[in-house]
Amino acid sequence: MIDLQLRLPRAAYTLDVALRLPERGVTALFGPSGCGKTSILRAVAGLERAAGRVALGDTVWQDDSLQVFTPTHRRPLAYVIQEAALFPHLSVQGNLDYGLLRTPAAQRRIALDQAVALLGIAPLLARRSTTLSGGEAQRVAIARALVTSPRLLLMDEPLAALDAARKAEILPYLEGLNAALAIPIVYVSHAIAEVARLADHLVLLDQGRAVAQGPLAEVLARIDLPQSLGDDAGVVLDGVVGERDGSWHLARLDVDGPGCGLWARDQGQPLGQRVRLRVLARDVSLTHAQQTGTSIGNQLAGTVEALADDDHPALLLVRVRVGPHAAVPLVARLTRRSAQALRLAPGMAVWVQVKTVALMA
Amino acid sequence: MSHARLMRMAALAGVLTAAVTAGMSGSAQAAEVQVAVAANFAGPLARIALAYTAATGHTVKVSVGATGKFYAQIVAGAPFEVLLAADDETPARLAQEGLAVAGSNFTYAIGKLALWSAQPGVVDAQGAVLTTGPFSHLAIANPKIAPYGQAAVEVLKARGLMTALAPKIVTAESIAQAYQFVVTGNAELGFVALSQLLVPGKPAGGSYWLVPPALYGEIRQDAVLLKAGAANPAASALLAWLKTEPAKALIQVYGYGHASPAK
Amino acid sequence: MTADEWTAVRLTAALAASATALLLLLGTPLAWALARSRSVWKPLGSALVALPLVLPPTVLGFYLLLLMGPQGPVGQFTQALGLGRLPFTFGGLVVASVLYSLPFVVQPLQQAFEAIPERLLEAAATLRAGPWDCFFSVALPLARPGLVTATVLGFAHTVGEFGVVLMIGGNIPGVTRVLSVALYDHVEASEFAAAHRLAAAMVVFALVVLVTLYAVNRPARDRALGSAAPR
Repeated sequence: MIDLQLRLPRAAYTLDVALRLPERGVTALFGPSGCGKTSILRAVAGLERAAGRVALGDTVWQDDSLQVFTPTHRRPLAYVIQEAALFPHLSVQGNLDYGLLRTPAAQRRIALDQAVALLGIAPLLARRSTTLSGGEAQRVAIARALVTSPRLLLMDEPLAALDAARKAEILPYLEGLNAALAIPIVYVSHAIAEVARLADHLVLLDQGRAVAQGPLAEVLARIDLPQSLGDDAGVVLDGVVGERDGSWHLARLDVDGPGCGLWARDQGQPLGQRVRLRVLARDVSLTHAQQTGTSIGNQLAGTVEALADDDHPALLLVRVRVGPHAAVPLVARLTRRSAQALRLAPGMAVWVQVKTVALMA
Repeated sequence: MSHARLMRMAALAGVLTAAVTAGMSGSAQAAEVQVAVAANFAGPLARIALAYTAATGHTVKVSVGATGKFYAQIVAGAPFEVLLAADDETPARLAQEGLAVAGSNFTYAIGKLALWSAQPGVVDAQGAVLTTGPFSHLAIANPKIAPYGQAAVEVLKARGLMTALAPKIVTAESIAQAYQFVVTGNAELGFVALSQLLVPGKPAGGSYWLVPPALYGEIRQDAVLLKAGAANPAASALLAWLKTEPAKALIQVYGYGHASPAK
Repeated sequence: MTADEWTAVRLTAALAASATALLLLLGTPLAWALARSRSVWKPLGSALVALPLVLPPTVLGFYLLLLMGPQGPVGQFTQALGLGRLPFTFGGLVVASVLYSLPFVVQPLQQAFEAIPERLLEAAATLRAGPWDCFFSVALPLARPGLVTATVLGFAHTVGEFGVVLMIGGNIPGVTRVLSVALYDHVEASEFAAAHRLAAAMVVFALVVLVTLYAVNRPARDRALGSAAPR
């Protein structure tokens, strides 16, 4: 467990959080700008001094009651920020060596070659760090952080300064990191798309408080949160490629066995591959009966579980459960008028429709 | 333009012209003299100028500095009308080079050399401390550029002390700086001008030996009327004033001597 | 050039070298401390460093004379240590030179340090570099252009200064009679031939040193922060 109890007065509010984060996988800190996510990360790194406690398992980095505070350079963590922060007077190789040389041999668990391979930066090693593109610099920065064999990887909006193409280029590397290394990652972002792709655990922050924390799918399936995710509202599901239709170039992603699958466009993943699927609330509609003669490609039988107000008075959110065990949550965004017309109520049986086109794995 | 407006403008122009020409011509009575004076004589000159202005109504504008610098400035066309130098060579040279009125130079004061220590009881009335007293530094003004420094060297040579004391000599740029070396205690002894020790109302304290004039060449401080002041009656009047009895008495109070009547 | 004049050259070189070396040694940590400080005293500290710029050299020299004299605190300190007094010695000149050239060395260094983005220093800390390590491995290399400027300015200012040197040095041949003082004396005494010779010597000496400094540091310009210099 990563234990964080932090209190830090800020200009508009006081940051006050008590978080227990898992020691494996990616935990995302999500919230609007200025909600305190970066402050939390900097406090964990020791770059800013908040009141409270920071501990990684048995290792205590800060504990005010015990008068313990380990300075940043003695915490075996890695910190990657938006602007890469590569040393301009060193080459790429020099930047990588910087951290490596300062990590005692006994603590080195990640080899330089491994980090280079993980981030695909082998062709860049001899280059001057000032000549790299944004995406290349960011990958070097991540590799540089990894070669110190950190016990915790902190990432503060590492993709925020990159355009969509560069982001798409780096995200697979980040997904690979999570899979290949046994290092917990705390990932700060205000882009829910990144969070949906990378995170296992999610903490929602607003005005310096944690309004929700828990496994990603659970938190995203909640409709009771005062802070709305807006257009990004929607669940994330873990599925398996169950079937591929070569003639129509479609693939069925089973979220709870072969009977509970959603058809999406085939993106080349082989059968049996685990994929993560995002279903936005605005792409989900409900009907009383199974439809024929509709262009919507997916229809699943389900049960209404809960209803809740949405941002706009015209709208509301509905959570339904689908699948043989009614275990898979989906969230739909509807108008009140439609909900009223369908007389939607918890416990009611409905058919859930999701456009194939809308699904992205 | 209307006739009335034209008349108004002409009247205004007339008034302005009259005012300007009146200001430019000045009154024949009260004139102004621009004086360049060597630093060591600045104090006495201020007092003399007050009396001069009270008696004649002419004003005196004083610039204080080093004689050598004034020479360079006068050559370059500085507007000084009278020069009160620290030596007698510079006024003579200016007259020779046509920058001063020939024959107008005269000795207005004779500088007196003193050996001084900021501590009382150190310097005796015979200057024996130079041979006996323990001291590490003796300050003198640079003999190449200051007549008092030249005089100090002459005194040491006359006493046969030049070789013995050479390692202890510290050369100052001017007697003002020599004085500063001694007053801060960095040089235990120094050859300065008597006028520096006798400022009325601010006696320097310590102890000094008034060096007998026979031991060094006379430090004649000459005044001269510069070309720029040749037509200014106030300039010649100031030079004449310096020769009057009250002025001479004042100069003596400040620690200077006077040239013997037959030069 | 007479033997005396060569002595003046030698003294000037020795003074410039020792003063510049001392200035870099003392000025670099001072500039770093000032650059990193967020204390309320920072403006006062920076102003104190800049003070020698405000005072005319002869005035500064006079006050140093007082401080280093037998009644002054510095003079009493050196005497208590058995070192005698500083005025009229070469050591006194070095001390005075360090004082009046201080702002010329500290200010460019301080600006160079302040120009280093905070995130680079924080990155170094997250990569296990302690404060000393960070200073030597990141801050100093990135401040290199400032270091060159500081060295050049400190050196040039020491060679050219004569007001303070005159006051503290006492113009003693072979000990404190440096080129600037000797040159001034020749001009005052209207010995223009000698003056021209010495002026030429000063200019040649300074040019040689400065050209060498700039030439040796040319590659550094390409590595400067954010530089777009053509390779």
